[in-house]
Amino acid sequence: MGILDFLKRKPEPSAGIAKERLRIIVAQERSTRGAPDYLPLLRSELLEVIKKYVHVDLDAININVEHDSGHEILELSVALPEGKTATTPAT
Amino acid sequence: MTAEIIVVTSGKGGVGKTTTSASLATGLAMAGKKVAVIDFDVGLRNLDLIMGCERRVVYDFINVVHGEATLKQALIKDKRHENLHVLAASQTRDKDALTQEGVEKVLDDLSAEGFDYVVCDSPAGIEKGAHLAMYFADHAVVVVNPEVSSVRDSDRILGLLASKTRRAERGDGAIKQHLLLTRYNPVRVEAGEMLSVKDVEEILGISVVGVIPESENVLAASNAGVPVILDTNSLAGQAYHDTVARVLGEDRPLRFLDAPKKGFFQRVFGG
Repeated sequence: MGILDFLKRKPEPSAGIAKERLRIIVAQERSTRGAPDYLPLLRSELLEVIKKYVHVDLDAININVEHDSGHEILELSVALPEGKTATTPAT
Repeated sequence: MTAEIIVVTSGKGGVGKTTTSASLATGLAMAGKKVAVIDFDVGLRNLDLIMGCERRVVYDFINVVHGEATLKQALIKDKRHENLHVLAASQTRDKDALTQEGVEKVLDDLSAEGFDYVVCDSPAGIEKGAHLAMYFADHAVVVVNPEVSSVRDSDRILGLLASKTRRAERGDGAIKQHLLLTRYNPVRVEAGEMLSVKDVEEILGISVVGVIPESENVLAASNAGVPVILDTNSLAGQAYHDTVARVLGEDRPLRFLDAPKKGFFQRVFGG
């Protein structure tokens, strides 16, 4: 550091931010790695069907594929909003 | 004896795959190996320019796959190393020109011709060309820049290497994965502006086989059509030398990871 450096404004070190963002997205993508390609479409179509009856948002549906000694298990969980039961089915 | 097949891949474009393929192939040839380097980027031929043999391309990879030329006719002998050969990509726009059977036949024929190593320069992306470049590989060199999109893409590629290759499908043991960090700038790393070697290793969970410092010599080498590994005065050239030695199993410490030390006057007056 030179004695004149205090005159320059130091940029915020950004490598730490990059590392943190990468750590999260890489972990997330690894967890869905190897899952079938149709999963995102399946998820959005299921959401459409469920929305006919209950108002849920995209985050409410969780789909997981687990490998268990030779076979795969498709796990689907839907978190229903509290206090709202099924509305009239849309036509 | 079968040839060892090494794919140079990355997912993201522009990170230094072709530069690395050219230097890796040249380095292996300098170590006395018989080497072929193949450009898999159908429609966007570039390896020939980096190797400096662009005016000697007569037949290409697709011509061989389609039986329009023999392998011998299509292999371009390197001017500098007689045990190094280049197989250029086709400039056809037909992406389906390459087939898995065709690629397998060429690789088998290279093995039969006594080649020790075949370096496959993958196109960017994860489409057919990239898939075929990695499918038969024994080793993979994953080229990554210390930059968010490149790191993420290389993680995707590492996943594909572990599942979508012949070795993975047959359960022949995993492909040997080598992570090569290129365009590394120690000054910016020390300033906290760039991911460090350690950061990248931690995020991807794999250690590097080499770190190539960002260097003006890389552009100069590609301008001249001479693989940068031959520029022994450049740090990038020396770093590629070390990398090739490590791929061949030698144990060498990483170099050029620290910013050059500033002198007294620079410390006092900055700059």
